[in-house]
Amino acid sequence: MYHNRDRLPLEANDLPEETEGRGETVRIYIMGKEYRVPAGLTIMKAMEYAGYRFIRGAGCRGGFCGACATVYRKEGDYKLYTDLACQKTVEDGMYLVQLPFVPANKAVYDIEELRPEPNILLRFYPEIARCVSCNTCTKACPQDIEVMYAIQHALRGEIERVANMTFDCIQCGLCTIRCPAEIPHYHVFQLARRIYGRYILKPARHVRERIKEIESGKYDQEMDKLLTVSVEELKRIYENRGRIEE
Amino acid sequence: MKLIRGYPAYMRESIEHVEKTRPRRMKEKYRTLSIEEREELLRKYHPDYKPGTKRPLKIGPSKGMIAPHEVIDLLEAHPIVKPEDVNLDEIDIDVDLLIIGGGGAGMTAALWALEEGLKPEDILIVTKLRLGDSNSIMSQGGVQAADRPPDSPIRHFIDIVGGGHFTNDRRLVKILTMTAPYMMAWLERLGLMFDKDEEGNMLELWGGGTSIRRMHSCKDYTGMEIVRVLRDEVRNRQVPCLEFTSAVELLTDEEEDRVVGAVLLNMESQQYYVARAKATILATGGFGRIHIQGYPTTNHYGATMDGVVLAYHVGARLRDLDATQYHPTGAAYPEQIVGLLVTEKVRGAGAQVVNRHGEQFVFPLEPRDVEAAAIIRECWDRNNGVETPTGMRGVWLDTPMIEELRGRGAFKRMFPAIHKMYSRVGIDPAQDPVLVFPTLHYMNGGIIIDEKAQTTVKGLFAAGETTGGVHGKNRLMGNSILDYLVFGRIAGIHAARFAKHTSPGKPSLKHVIKYEEMLKAAGIETDRRSPVLLPDYRGERVLARRIEIL
Repeated sequence: MYHNRDRLPLEANDLPEETEGRGETVRIYIMGKEYRVPAGLTIMKAMEYAGYRFIRGAGCRGGFCGACATVYRKEGDYKLYTDLACQKTVEDGMYLVQLPFVPANKAVYDIEELRPEPNILLRFYPEIARCVSCNTCTKACPQDIEVMYAIQHALRGEIERVANMTFDCIQCGLCTIRCPAEIPHYHVFQLARRIYGRYILKPARHVRERIKEIESGKYDQEMDKLLTVSVEELKRIYENRGRIEE
Repeated sequence: MKLIRGYPAYMRESIEHVEKTRPRRMKEKYRTLSIEEREELLRKYHPDYKPGTKRPLKIGPSKGMIAPHEVIDLLEAHPIVKPEDVNLDEIDIDVDLLIIGGGGAGMTAALWALEEGLKPEDILIVTKLRLGDSNSIMSQGGVQAADRPPDSPIRHFIDIVGGGHFTNDRRLVKILTMTAPYMMAWLERLGLMFDKDEEGNMLELWGGGTSIRRMHSCKDYTGMEIVRVLRDEVRNRQVPCLEFTSAVELLTDEEEDRVVGAVLLNMESQQYYVARAKATILATGGFGRIHIQGYPTTNHYGATMDGVVLAYHVGARLRDLDATQYHPTGAAYPEQIVGLLVTEKVRGAGAQVVNRHGEQFVFPLEPRDVEAAAIIRECWDRNNGVETPTGMRGVWLDTPMIEELRGRGAFKRMFPAIHKMYSRVGIDPAQDPVLVFPTLHYMNGGIIIDEKAQTTVKGLFAAGETTGGVHGKNRLMGNSILDYLVFGRIAGIHAARFAKHTSPGKPSLKHVIKYEEMLKAAGIETDRRSPVLLPDYRGERVLARRIEIL
């Protein structure tokens, strides 16, 4: 048989005893209070190791949902850093606080009634005109998006550009909470991407044609046959279906 | 330990072999396995077949069903809600449609219930995390739809049932494949940024077990792009959503065997709410966070199989929970990212899987269970894996091949999420291969539904990963997004129709009493309680010294 995986440290609480005893540790400060945790853990796993059980501040744990936005300073360093707790590895002397929620107004709209007009982002989010180009949003972004430039492009109505340059946005809100002009960047970008996807990207003609074929009943007979054939027959069909390389 | 561009020296030596064989392998095609060869490989090496990991269920309508101990443990457990603790005379929330779960299936259901004529204020979505926090948002590689010749829904159907070892509910597969193009058009209308050419044609790639390129994607953020668009639309349509609120038990009618809402728990204050609903949809997702056989998982924090537990309490039947999906390519190194997903799209775009000598040992795009079994064999039977500093073993996913095949910069362009994940730990996957090993990924089985997404209990609908049948014993890549879109829509439509012709019930917890009686009659003595809602990863030392006061 195959292996036994018992030796694998699954999560922080499974770290083998020797890691705790002999292994390297680092000091972190969770909301100002000092804890010693094993080196090499993510901020999220380190906080759990220290005894925190998350209700807020943990989501996908894979860098896709933005639930674990975290702000920190390092000893002897004046800078304020931001990252995702599930992705960032702990460092000695980190002062950590999580940001489990960001209050930000989202415009309500009917996508069917929008048009890709140059002023549309400004119409729904007039506060983008308050941007002072300080670039704090860009520095705060854990996804390395050029947030400030995207807002400048939004001001100029360049929807396609905004959509493409903000595609990696996970909507964690770190930009928005740092912005002195109080811009809800991630909502602005969402609107830009939806307008781009709906009105600027061309719809796939082949999808419409296929829907028509399905609605005309083109596949019904063959499909119904597949519902009733024996498993042996189905296996034969499967093995003979061939691979279509184009 | 000294690292050279993210890897210790001994791993670098193996990477040199990978680099040396690469020019030859670029032209090499590894053969695919026959049905018989696949079955033998699975029997010998797939974790599902490991002895001592499963047992039959002792109680309820699916009594006798074999499933992993971790699953049975949650079903053979006391319901967390005690009838005497809840005052059912006071209805806190009264709606037509209650949707439990805020991922892809739940949000799709909400939008289609609106299309069916329900008013936003007559719908309520509850989710124990935030709206959109789900496995849906984490899916990377893509979504299947047979929407261009020479492909067809027939071919898509055949690929699916073959991948599922001919155990699928074929009626559901028909609906899935015939509705797929329609759902792609729906997403386009909502403003989704699909990967397309200049004419608007979808760029379609290979997936494991597909016989033609059929994978639609949005870089490697496909799930995130879909979920954030759905969430934006749910908010535009002003469907109410209670976040950090978990369903902890369903409610059944005092007279009739039908579901009439749920008991909800505010995760922060821990107070309960009685939510009465004419129709209820379970869209609660899968079970990665109960760590079957101790495997690490790709799943989100809340993936604890709550929906299956709740459904079973009210007597809904289950299927295929004996089959667990391990994604072949979870990150195996470094420790910070162990278990996280490296999308199948990387192989779909041309990367091979190779052992420590730099040699292929399996066709890169077998169905997931077969691919995973081959990797386990290579690491632990043939000893051709690379051992990590924490004692794991893995094989190489030769990511630099993407650059060779598609030009410089292609990897970062096509896989920004994977690129970012590895950059954060000092590895450049465009330059160096990444070490992978199977990781717990998907609940193949679940609650039985019919063509209207109805469970076997009246008033209760279900959609997405919490259901079973459409994928049989093994899901193919790109069909989970499709599943929640197609059956989320169907659940929304049919639950709305059901609600329109139903009067509100008289809520009771009689099924909880009955469940307790069944546990007792089967001689199950345990202090386990379920659903578990969230995993507990607190340090052992902390827990050992904990005094519960506050």
